[in-house]
Amino acid sequence: MSGRVAQAWGLLPEYLAWHVLLSASALVLGLLISLPLAVAASRSARLRWPVLAFAGLIQTIPSLALLALFYPLLLALSALSQTVFGQGFSALGFLPSLLALTLYSMLPILRTGTAGILGVDPAVREAADGVGMTPRQRLFQVELPLAMPVIMAGVRTAAVWTIGAATLSTPVGQTSLGNYIFAGLQTENWVFVLFGCAASAALAMTVDQLLGLIETGAARRKRGLMIAGAALLVVGVLATLTPLAALGKPSSYVVGAKNFSEQYILAEVMAERLERSGAHVSRKEDLGSAVAYRALAAGELDVYVDYSGTLWTNVLKREDNPGRAQVLAELTTELKKRDGVVVLGSLGFENAYAFAMRADRAKALGIVSLTDLARQAPRLTLGSDLEFLSRPEWKAVDAAYDFNFKKERSFQPTFMYRALSGGEADVISAFSSDGRISADKLVVLTDPKGALPPYDAVILISPKRAGDERLLAALRPLIGSISVEAMRSANYAVDRDQGKVSPAEAARALHP
Amino acid sequence: MIQPAIELIGIEKRYAGHEALARVSLEIPAGQFVALVGASGSGKTTLLKTINRLIVPDAGEVRVAGADTGGVPAHQLRRRIGYVFQEIGLFPHLSIAENIAITPKLLGWERTRMTGRVDDLLDLVALPREVATRAPSELSGGQRQRVGVARALAAEPKIMLMDEPFGALDPLTRDALGTDYRALHEKLGLTTVMVTHDMTEAVLLADRIVVLESGSIVADGQPGELLASTDNPEVRALLEAPRRQAERLRQRLEAAQ
Repeated sequence: MSGRVAQAWGLLPEYLAWHVLLSASALVLGLLISLPLAVAASRSARLRWPVLAFAGLIQTIPSLALLALFYPLLLALSALSQTVFGQGFSALGFLPSLLALTLYSMLPILRTGTAGILGVDPAVREAADGVGMTPRQRLFQVELPLAMPVIMAGVRTAAVWTIGAATLSTPVGQTSLGNYIFAGLQTENWVFVLFGCAASAALAMTVDQLLGLIETGAARRKRGLMIAGAALLVVGVLATLTPLAALGKPSSYVVGAKNFSEQYILAEVMAERLERSGAHVSRKEDLGSAVAYRALAAGELDVYVDYSGTLWTNVLKREDNPGRAQVLAELTTELKKRDGVVVLGSLGFENAYAFAMRADRAKALGIVSLTDLARQAPRLTLGSDLEFLSRPEWKAVDAAYDFNFKKERSFQPTFMYRALSGGEADVISAFSSDGRISADKLVVLTDPKGALPPYDAVILISPKRAGDERLLAALRPLIGSISVEAMRSANYAVDRDQGKVSPAEAARALHP
Repeated sequence: MIQPAIELIGIEKRYAGHEALARVSLEIPAGQFVALVGASGSGKTTLLKTINRLIVPDAGEVRVAGADTGGVPAHQLRRRIGYVFQEIGLFPHLSIAENIAITPKLLGWERTRMTGRVDDLLDLVALPREVATRAPSELSGGQRQRVGVARALAAEPKIMLMDEPFGALDPLTRDALGTDYRALHEKLGLTTVMVTHDMTEAVLLADRIVVLESGSIVADGQPGELLASTDNPEVRALLEAPRRQAERLRQRLEAAQ
């Protein structure tokens, strides 16, 4: 327990620095856009409605979806800028997070800004005109100072929202306090989850209090209080950002990982080998499945591990299954030809989609194969991970066996196993390298029709690193070096409830 | 002939179909104290505000010191004309001194000249100099309107526009402020246009009374001769009201003795 707390503390300077940089930038950008908009909206009733309605609409989009939507948009823009200016930009990480959070911060500032300016006493406004102020002087010397306490209340709300929502930037590849939460949820490291929540909440409360100081200063017309609040904020932001200056050395390699334990472990294995070769490495973890491949093809990741079946169906859009070796061979030539992506080779184990049941239940129902399962399906509940039911693999296997489950439910992978042991699901879409299969005494159903494609874990290298000998030399020894048993026990070491270890520790057991 | 301080020539103003001012013309010589009198909705405030372009007339011309006010930016015009109104409109986030010095500051006066001016103005409107550093909310209504007058006078305007300036004050304060202002008008050689619905106040303070009704001038003259010259029964009633009140007051007070 205390080891994990110490580990969390160790990561805090970097996570906090990114979190602060991201939320502060989004808030400043949000203010720069929202304040002039609020002024315009307070001047024109015709503009007011659409501006506030648009900001309100943005607010109704779940923040995670808003963040996710910016990635493909920026990717397209980057491709466009690449063709037009010959210079693209990174569509992953900071930029999509910044844009989404900026949009998110706008509503409270717009609302209170408009209301604050409209709420200035008409007599005071008439006096401003009467003493000979220009409309600009009236705005800056009278209306904005008087609306300041109300606007600051909006800024406080925006700050609290932005700091909270910034934890969601982890899945688009931006390091934040959300890294604790996402990694912790995945590996059932509740210390991490709680640490991430507490850190984010503490940050939000601190910023809220300091902004409150400025608000009180503005309301009581105490310039000293406003300056003190602003100074403390600036000093605080700068202090939390210092670790970034130390991190400032450009990392030469970016290792990616999708959002589950095995991916974290394999990313650590590769990162450690690269670091041993003297390279600097940064990690982008918790990426969505489709995001990861596109980020690699676009050169934002240098290397990550994907699975042959995933690439076969999702990237090449193939539905046939010519066998394990053939799939790997065709992938190697096709991905190179299509995107310039190098398939370095298979790590030596499969993490296939497999249907798993509790041994006792399978025995009682007499289910051994997917054919048996299809027969009993109308009485059974299928538990799947969040993406399985929308993946082509499910469509292929469903087409082959014509399942007709009583109910289909989606879970975080961790909770999916809980659901199976608790009886809320009768059969789950498991992964063949998952340590919980042997630990929970699950049986994997056979696939007599060969509907599920093979899922060899393969190392993918980005086009721009295709000829990078240092990278290739560091990773090549990993090819064929990890057995499914080794992977299962490494996964289990991270996933189990008692005595769990960090992905980096589990990775040590896998080095050849 | 001497140049009039203010000339209003054929001023028209309509609001959503209703005629607020119907071709009103008025000449005000320099140094005069004019009261614009009339019922609410008669157009007196609208007429006053066309002088400093807080309201832009639909037709007609406003000349201040012989020049068309449409020819200069409104804010420059307003810095040369003092404006006092019933709601006062002191800036709550500024001190009394900052409120008073606002127009000089907009005109770019030097700091020393401004502080000297604030002290002079506080003396002029009979406020203790200590109030300079206070906030408007710390003053009484009468004190606040004295600050309003001081603010309007700060940049040494020749013309003062006043819209029911003492309307919200208690009778004693109102009387004191009215008398004090009339003295200032004399001392500084101002041209004053004051809107009021109170004929007594108009008779007591003004050199000339202009009565408006439904956007037109229906009577115009010195308080004494106005009653003799008008045959409009409503104007007569309006003018006789102060006299009747004074008479009744005298009778009742004598009866009590």
